[in-house]
Amino acid sequence: MIHQYSLNGYQIVLDVHSGAIHIVDQVVYDLLKLLSDEKGELKVEMTPVCPEEIKAQLLKSYSEEEIKDAYDEVLELYQGEVLYSKDDYEQYANMMVASPIKAMCLHIAHDCNLRCKYCFASTGDFGGGRKLLSAETGKKAIDFLLKYSKGRKNLELDFFGGEPLMNFDVVKEVVNYARSKEKEYNKNFRFTITTNGVLLDDDKIDFINKEMSNVVLSIDGRKEINDQLRPAVNGKGSYDVIVPKYQKLVANRGKNPGDYDQYYVRGTFTKHNLDFSKDVFHLNELGFDQISVEPVVSPEYAEYAITEKELPRIFEEYETLAKQLIQRKKEGTGFNFFHFMIDLDQGPCAIKRLRGCGCGNEYVAVTPDGDVYPCHQFVGMEDWKMGSVEDLSVDFKKKDYFAKANVYAKEDCKTCWAKFYCSGGCNANNLQYAGDVLKSHKISCELEKKRLECAIMIKAALADLDEE
Amino acid sequence: MKHVKTLNNANLKKSAATGGCGECQASCQSACKTSCTVANQKCEK
Repeated sequence: MIHQYSLNGYQIVLDVHSGAIHIVDQVVYDLLKLLSDEKGELKVEMTPVCPEEIKAQLLKSYSEEEIKDAYDEVLELYQGEVLYSKDDYEQYANMMVASPIKAMCLHIAHDCNLRCKYCFASTGDFGGGRKLLSAETGKKAIDFLLKYSKGRKNLELDFFGGEPLMNFDVVKEVVNYARSKEKEYNKNFRFTITTNGVLLDDDKIDFINKEMSNVVLSIDGRKEINDQLRPAVNGKGSYDVIVPKYQKLVANRGKNPGDYDQYYVRGTFTKHNLDFSKDVFHLNELGFDQISVEPVVSPEYAEYAITEKELPRIFEEYETLAKQLIQRKKEGTGFNFFHFMIDLDQGPCAIKRLRGCGCGNEYVAVTPDGDVYPCHQFVGMEDWKMGSVEDLSVDFKKKDYFAKANVYAKEDCKTCWAKFYCSGGCNANNLQYAGDVLKSHKISCELEKKRLECAIMIKAALADLDEE
Repeated sequence: MKHVKTLNNANLKKSAATGGCGECQASCQSACKTSCTVANQKCEK
């Protein structure tokens, strides 16, 4: 299967099953259109010379010599298995089914000091009442991870909420407990934290920069955009409070030897800021160079919701952002936009790409009550509860269900060109908005595909830049 | 090639044979928490 598209003057061909990306000229682009069916599958036999009916069509625009040259190159790529290469991945679909649980989202506080209007966590309590995780339950969560991670060395633990800084003493205690077990269990804990920043102070910044391998700092961009949707409990905007704190944290990040340096400022865009590239650049103007701004995911009836109607405008905005990022790179002022990051050579293996996020299988969420859910977005859906850290229990039937939710188990994904890049999308979104973990949430799919097209185009443009 | 420039090594098939160690980051643990992109994750090998 191939996917071909034109963007920003580049004609790009992705060979889905080898992962090859080809930049082609017009004659090859037109030839491939004639060789492929509507799903991008080869519809004719690749004979040593170009089939007559295809040649006849191309002769309207190209010379015989051009067509022969182009066909010869396409044939060479086909024979080299980097064009229309075979889909032989289904045999691997059951690998990693009995995966250890090695990543955890620890809900350190089901409470929050902001009242973000698009919050999927019901303003922090996930519909289950305002609660803080106790140090005792936090330590049991670590024991749970140590037990079920089996032979995996690298363990991930994200402190999440609600707002985790509202219970920071417990964060510290859990980190210290986990560190005390690393040697004995031969594990390497990678801690991350996702915060709204309101309660950041020097002590917390120091601890985060020393212990957290990544920190996600929530902010939506321009002041008026951020404050409209991210007010405090008293209704006042959060921008003025958080920006100087984020700047301080980032300025100090990676400064001391051994400290971590990765971070993201992370925003959400909604129907109210479809010109979100302005928010991305605003965040860069504030001094941040690791930026993620993502579409809100919500029911269609929400007044800020992104619906099918908004898609053309958002596609246009992603293209604008991609072109501006290329320009900035040329000028030496480039920065990283999370959703355009793509590694065409050293990215994850095909096995990893079969089931993406790993929720409910190698990744779980734990609530302040110690309940285990497939991921943070499932928290509060009682039917999906799959264990408890209190008695170290796991519902393996549920775990198996998620383990098997790979791209070949999802009808829409099987034949999608983007399957090895998004790996079947977000299972929670699929359930909430498409009605089934194994069905695709169409809007998320369309946005993901557009971002991938832009990300690959940026690679093509940067390759040109390297040659200059 | 005159008409085609290939940007990468196209090693996806090879990676299926040697991959699956499971040590890489769970994708949701990165910067998103709501939308999944796997291709930006790093291989630990």
